[in-house]
Amino acid sequence: MTMINQLANPTRFMALSGRLLPWIAGLGAVGLVIGFYGAWFSAPADYQQGETIRIMYVHVPAAWLAMAFYTVMTISAVGALVWRHPLAEVAQKAAAPIGACFALVCLITGALWGRPMWGTYWVWDARLTSMLVLLLIYLAIIALWRTIDEPTQAGRAVSILTLVGSVNIPIIKFSVDWWNTLHQPASVFRMDGPTIHPSMLWPLLICAIGFSLLAVALHLVAMRTEIMRRRIRTLTILAADRADRTAGMAGYGSAAE
Amino acid sequence: MSALGTHAAFIIGSYVMAGIVLGALTVWTLLDHRARSRELAALDPRRGQDQP
Repeated sequence: MTMINQLANPTRFMALSGRLLPWIAGLGAVGLVIGFYGAWFSAPADYQQGETIRIMYVHVPAAWLAMAFYTVMTISAVGALVWRHPLAEVAQKAAAPIGACFALVCLITGALWGRPMWGTYWVWDARLTSMLVLLLIYLAIIALWRTIDEPTQAGRAVSILTLVGSVNIPIIKFSVDWWNTLHQPASVFRMDGPTIHPSMLWPLLICAIGFSLLAVALHLVAMRTEIMRRRIRTLTILAADRADRTAGMAGYGSAAE
Repeated sequence: MSALGTHAAFIIGSYVMAGIVLGALTVWTLLDHRARSRELAALDPRRGQDQP
């Protein structure tokens, strides 16, 4: 806990993230190059879905990251509400646009995969609908951050909304088991192990690692930006306060004369 | 394209759309970071670029 507290210090976070960022972004880029090479030149076409299986290497990591970033936001919301830690709020705010973009990528690539395989871009089945709900929750959270000016008040309101919306994460994960869906059931994270052939599984996992590292790099940059934004706000308020006091003193001086 | 068969447009389209969304996110994140860095440097030159 002490170590987490030390890392959660904004000054220490800026120093550490500044050193780690180039490595994380570089490793992510290398991971994506290797992963896409495997996806396009090493992995075979699927015996049923043919070449459209190549969409999986973008679609599945995007879906995982959309849910992973919401989980990060949920943990940060607990940190913000229970310990009132400003860095938890910063992490939460910075994660929302990134998670929203991955949810959007998941929905678009899913539609483009669905059309040739299912004969339709969209169907209101449980998996697709719950993923759309996740995107809408992300958009609501981003809107709420922008609605309230005071960061601590906004953080509290967003934390509550985030915790309420977290109910949707297990619904997305288990929707294919709980309801009859057009979407296929899980084929990687299963109790009895992956059902996907290793020649497709490895490129998928490498792509997922590459996307994850790049997403973490973006999250760190966005967190650094948010810390700076809060510092700018504090400095602007202090400057306005000083200007007010100076104007007040000048007014008092001229009245005394 | 021909190696991808009749569904090439859907496969290529998926990668292009993902590239557009994630590319826009990256550019927006970096531009926002640069703008706030400059704003903070103007307000507090001692802290300068990228410091809290």
